Amino acid sequence: MPLSAPARAWLRMIALGATSALLYALLFWNEATVLELSRRGHGWFVVPVAIAFVFSLVHGAFTGLFWDVLGIKARK
Amino acid sequence: MDTGMTFIELDAAAVAFLLIVGFVGGMVSGFIGSGGAFVLTPAMMSLGVPGIVAVASNMCHKFPKALVGAIKRARYGQVDVKLGLYMGASAEIGVLVGAQLQQTIKSRFGEAGSNLYVSAAFVVVLAIVGGFVMRDALRSRRDGNANRPEQAGRLARWVQSIHIPGTMVHFRSIGASVSWLVTVPLGFATGLLAATIAVGGFVGVPSMMYVLGAPSMMASATELVIAFIMGLGGTIKFAWDGFVDVRLAMIILAGSLFGIQLGAIGTTYVKPYMIKLVMGTIMLTVLASRAFVIPVYLSELGLIAALPASTAAILKVVSFVIMVLALVIGAGMVLWALAKGMGEHRRGIREARHDAPAPAD
Repeated sequence: MPLSAPARAWLRMIALGATSALLYALLFWNEATVLELSRRGHGWFVVPVAIAFVFSLVHGAFTGLFWDVLGIKARK
Repeated sequence: MDTGMTFIELDAAAVAFLLIVGFVGGMVSGFIGSGGAFVLTPAMMSLGVPGIVAVASNMCHKFPKALVGAIKRARYGQVDVKLGLYMGASAEIGVLVGAQLQQTIKSRFGEAGSNLYVSAAFVVVLAIVGGFVMRDALRSRRDGNANRPEQAGRLARWVQSIHIPGTMVHFRSIGASVSWLVTVPLGFATGLLAATIAVGGFVGVPSMMYVLGAPSMMASATELVIAFIMGLGGTIKFAWDGFVDVRLAMIILAGSLFGIQLGAIGTTYVKPYMIKLVMGTIMLTVLASRAFVIPVYLSELGLIAALPASTAAILKVVSFVIMVLALVIGAGMVLWALAKGMGEHRRGIREARHDAPAPAD
């Protein structure tokens, strides 16, 4: 049986939330390495910048859907 | 290069604190296009983060937050990307000049001189621009203009009438062509202020509204594009020197992305004067907070009689608390406006359904 639109939105939100949580877990599991690379500076500037872009993509999509499934949506 | 910079140990309380400040700051940014940063840097420093790492990490959370906010508000048709790019490019130059100016003042007049310069910039900009924005918001509300489309003011109409061949650019938000010779100084001033008090939007948004004639909804949304460009440039600069603590930035981002979505949604339910009202209120409350620390810096520079250490410490705490309050009041206004707007909208839908004729059998 195909899922209803709200059920699909909930599933997507949960999947994105889990991916976001995984990204945060990975960041803190590898905290020492990430900080060490960030501290080097110069070409290593890409490390924090790339992390910020990836997190904004995943966590941004998750937070958008989060309010949406709770019924807090923009006025059309 | 290893800066030898110490990155702090994070405990649960520090993480929770940053998440909350991030959320509140994000909500304000999503609504008025900027704000929050002036509290985040001192908040991080209060946890023991070195000043430069706090500034760098703040920048690193700012650009992804602004990116998400800009995309969200672009979906509502509120962003003028071209204006954001023009202003953002010149703001980036303003940031670099502002940072250099800060360094020069610090090396010549020391820490107190630098703090006094920052506070003076706060006071002058917030008093003049904040007062103007607040007056305009209250006037729109009082005169019953709240429901009418915003009209460009006298200054904006004059700016739009200037025609300098070879420099004219058409901007969607303004609905007219304006010379880039006008937008460049405005962007530059935005960047200069961002490098000084961390919130360029306090000049960026009002200048787009009152000098260029952009509607407040589009000016506040376009400011997110400018914040993205400034934040990305600033992050690269600080990360190049190894000062970014990406853990701090990502914790704040975790909270602020929840907030920025809510703030952006809020803009679709409110009348334009609400953007100005929230911005004006925050600016004037921050202005009050600076009034408490200026005597401290003046006494440190020997320009007035020395204050007892305990008095100086109390004044600094009072100033910080009022600054946090500014953000909390702003976020409260956004939440209230969102709840009220959603309530009215839902009531309207229910009444429309109720009034609709019953379908024929």
